[in-house]
Amino acid sequence: MAPEMPAEMLGGPAPGATRKADPSAVLEVADLTVDFPTEDGVVHAVRGVSYRLRPGEVLGIVGESGSGKSVTSLAVLGLLPKSAKVSGSVRFRGVEMLGLGDKEMSRVRGKGISMIFQDPMTSLNPVYRIGHQLAEAVQIHDKSVNDKAAWDRAVELLTLVGIPNAPDRASNYPHEFSGGMRQRVVIAIAMANQPDVIIADEPTTALDVTVQAQILETIKTAQHETEAAIILITHDLGVVAGMADRVLVMYAGRPVEVGSVDEIYYRPRMPYTIGLLGSLPRLEIGQRQRLTPILGSPPSLLNLPPGCPFSPRCPMRQPVCDDIEPDLIAVDGLVHMSACHFARDLAAKDVSAEEVFVATGTELEDPAAQVIAAGGLLGTLTVPDDSPPDGAVDTGSASADGTADTLTGQLPHPAGDPSTETPTAKSNPAETR
Amino acid sequence: MTTAATALETGQGSSNGEVVLEVTDLVKYFPVYSKGLMRRQVGAVQAVDGVSFALHRNETLGLVGESGCGKSTTGRAILNLHEPTSGSVRFEGRELVGLSPKQMRPIRRDMQIVFQDPYASLNPRLTVASIVAEPLQIHGVDGKDKRRERVRELLRLVGLNPEHGNRFPHEFSGGQRQRIGIARALALEPKVMILDEPVSALDVSIQAGVINLLEDLRNRLGLSYLFIAHDLSVVRHISERVAVMYLGKIVEIAGTDALFSRPAHPYTQALLSAIPLPDPVKERTRQRIIITGDVPSPANPPSGCRFRTRCQKFARELNDSQREKCIGEEPALIDRGNGHPAACHYAEVVQLL
Repeated sequence: MAPEMPAEMLGGPAPGATRKADPSAVLEVADLTVDFPTEDGVVHAVRGVSYRLRPGEVLGIVGESGSGKSVTSLAVLGLLPKSAKVSGSVRFRGVEMLGLGDKEMSRVRGKGISMIFQDPMTSLNPVYRIGHQLAEAVQIHDKSVNDKAAWDRAVELLTLVGIPNAPDRASNYPHEFSGGMRQRVVIAIAMANQPDVIIADEPTTALDVTVQAQILETIKTAQHETEAAIILITHDLGVVAGMADRVLVMYAGRPVEVGSVDEIYYRPRMPYTIGLLGSLPRLEIGQRQRLTPILGSPPSLLNLPPGCPFSPRCPMRQPVCDDIEPDLIAVDGLVHMSACHFARDLAAKDVSAEEVFVATGTELEDPAAQVIAAGGLLGTLTVPDDSPPDGAVDTGSASADGTADTLTGQLPHPAGDPSTETPTAKSNPAETR
Repeated sequence: MTTAATALETGQGSSNGEVVLEVTDLVKYFPVYSKGLMRRQVGAVQAVDGVSFALHRNETLGLVGESGCGKSTTGRAILNLHEPTSGSVRFEGRELVGLSPKQMRPIRRDMQIVFQDPYASLNPRLTVASIVAEPLQIHGVDGKDKRRERVRELLRLVGLNPEHGNRFPHEFSGGQRQRIGIARALALEPKVMILDEPVSALDVSIQAGVINLLEDLRNRLGLSYLFIAHDLSVVRHISERVAVMYLGKIVEIAGTDALFSRPAHPYTQALLSAIPLPDPVKERTRQRIIITGDVPSPANPPSGCRFRTRCQKFARELNDSQREKCIGEEPALIDRGNGHPAACHYAEVVQLL
C-alpha cells in the first residue's frame, strides 16, 4: 500500500530524514502485511501498516475487533504462528527484525521490546511462584545475576507496580492474586529489563473500571521508570484519549487515520473515525443526544473487494470509493494523515458526526439507502449526477420512529449496487483465532 | 436541577406514573458447602443483600456496578430465574416470590430478559424465524400462519430483513444477533424488559445502533427497562434514573442528571472519576479519585459499610471516631441532604464531570 507515500510523513518530526536510518525512531514498521492461509482462502489480516515510534512516546492503536491491531504487534515480536506470511519491514533501533530466528528474537523480546497481554491469567504460569517468574525474566537476559539478587529485584519490581506487602506476596502463586494484581505482575515482568518499547495489547479490557484506572496509573509508572515508548492497543477511545500522544486508527487491516491525539479527537478527517467518535455515548455530556451508529459491519478480510474497505458502511460513498483504495494523505499539516478520498473536503468543512451519519436505531439493509440518507451532506461536498433531492430522507425524523428506517429499503437506489450482501456470513478467522 | 426538582430527582418516585415493578428487600444468597463427603453449608455468598427499587411505566432504570456486585443476580432473581432467598418482587401488584414455575409462566409473557452474550443466547440449530417464533409457540399465541407474519413483523421492527428469517444465527454479526435476541424478547409484547448488559459484547460502532433501537422500541411500545450495565456512559445515555450497586447493595439511587452531576456516595464518585473520557483535553485536566484494592469477597463482606475497605473518604478524610461509625454501623440508603438517597454516613456531593 501507498508506495509513493514517504515514511517520514507517518509522524516523523523531520521531513528531511531518510527512511532507512532514522535515529529518532526506536521502532520503525514499514509496509507490514500479514496473511493467514486458511481453508477458505487467504485472510489478509494486516494490509500495509507503517508507523514510527519515537523514544518515550505513547502511540495508541485503536480499531474494532478484527481490524488487525493485535496481529500487527504480534508480527512485530515474531509471535505469529508459522503459517502466517509476514512481509514488509520491522526495524528495532535500526536492525531489521523480520526474518530473524527464534533465538535472535528471544534476545529482543522482554529486553528490547516487551509485551503486556490482555489476559493476565494466561500470560502467567500457574505452577510457578510470582517472584520466580519475575526473577526468571531478569535472569534470562542477564546470566550474571544470581538467584538472590534476581529475587530481590523481583520484590523491588512488585513494590514498584503497587503490590502491597511485596516481599511476602512474591512467594504466592498467580491464582492467589486478583485480576488487577495479576495484571500488575505482568506489567512488572514487562518492565523488568528496562525495555525501549512496551507493547500493551488491550491491557485493561478484562478489568473493572476502578481497577482499570489503577492499572493505567501503573502503566504510567512503568513508563516513567523505564522511559520506554509504549504502543497501547485498545478499542476504548477513552483510554487512548488519556494515555496516548499519537493515535493510529485501524480499519480492515490498514491504518485509516494517523495523527496527534488532539487531531484525531477534535479534527477527525476520516469518516470511520468520525463515525466511531459519534457512536460513543458521552459520559461528560448530558444524555438525550442521539447516537450516530456506523451501519453495517466490518468487511471480511478473506475476499476484500477493491476500493476503500469502509465504503460499504460510509455515508459519503462516491463511485470512486468502490474502485480505488485511498492512500494515507496528509491533511492539516504533516503529521495528520487520513485515508479518505474526501479528507481534504472534510477538513475544509470540519463536519461533525451528526452531519455525516444518520442517527438511526435500525441498520439499513441496503447500503444504497444510506447514501440517500446522507444525501443532504453529499450535495454540499461533491455533487453526484444522480443525487436525490435534498431531504429524501429526513435524517432527524427517521430516528423518531423506528419503523421509518425499515421503509428506506423501498426507496429507489440512486448510487451503488443494491445487491450488496448484508449479513456478514462469517466473522473473519483472524478474529476468532 | 433546582431544589424544586421533584420526586424523579430523589430517585424514589417518578413523574412517569404508576409503578410496574416493585422490588423490596430482595435477598439472594448462594450457599457455600464444605468439601468432602458430608457437605455442610459453611457460609453464603451474599450476592444480593436487601435491594429495593421501583420501576415505573415507560421508564428506564439503570443498574450499574462492577463485576460481582450482584446486578445480574438481581435481574435474574426478579424473574425467578434464581429463586430469591427472601424479599418481595411485585409486578403490577402481584407478588412473584414463591410462585412455582408453572404459576410463573403466564407472567413471563409480560417480563422478558435480553442476555449479554448474543452468541450464547441463541440456539445455533434453529433458524432465526424459529427462535423468534418460539415464545409465541410456547404461549400458544396465534395460529401457524399468523405466527409467521408476526415473526416477519418483529424482525422488521428490530431492523433486520424478514427475508433472512430462514438463516441461522452464525450467519449474522454480533449486533444483528443481539437484535434477534431483542426480537425474541419482544415477541410476546412484554411490559418490562430486563436488559442484562445488552451491548457490552458489541463493538462501539455497532453498540450505538442497538442503543438507539432500544430507545425507539421503548418509546413506541411503552416498555419499561431495567438496564443492567457496567458502562456508565451507556447508562447515562439511556436511563432516566440510575441505581449504583456495590457488593450486593444499592449505594446510591437518583435521577440520571442528579447522579452524574452531583454524586454523593464515595463509590459513585470513584466510579465516575475512573471512567476514561474520550476527550483528550478533559482527560488531561480532570480530577481523579483512584481507589485502591479490589472488591472484597461477597462471601465475607466487611462489617458496617461494605465500601469502607476501599473508600478514599474513609482512608483520608475521616477521623477515628467517624471511622468507628463506618465499621460498626451499616449506612442506610437515605437522603442526607444531597437531594437523593446515598448509603454513606458522610455522603457529600462532589462535582466530577
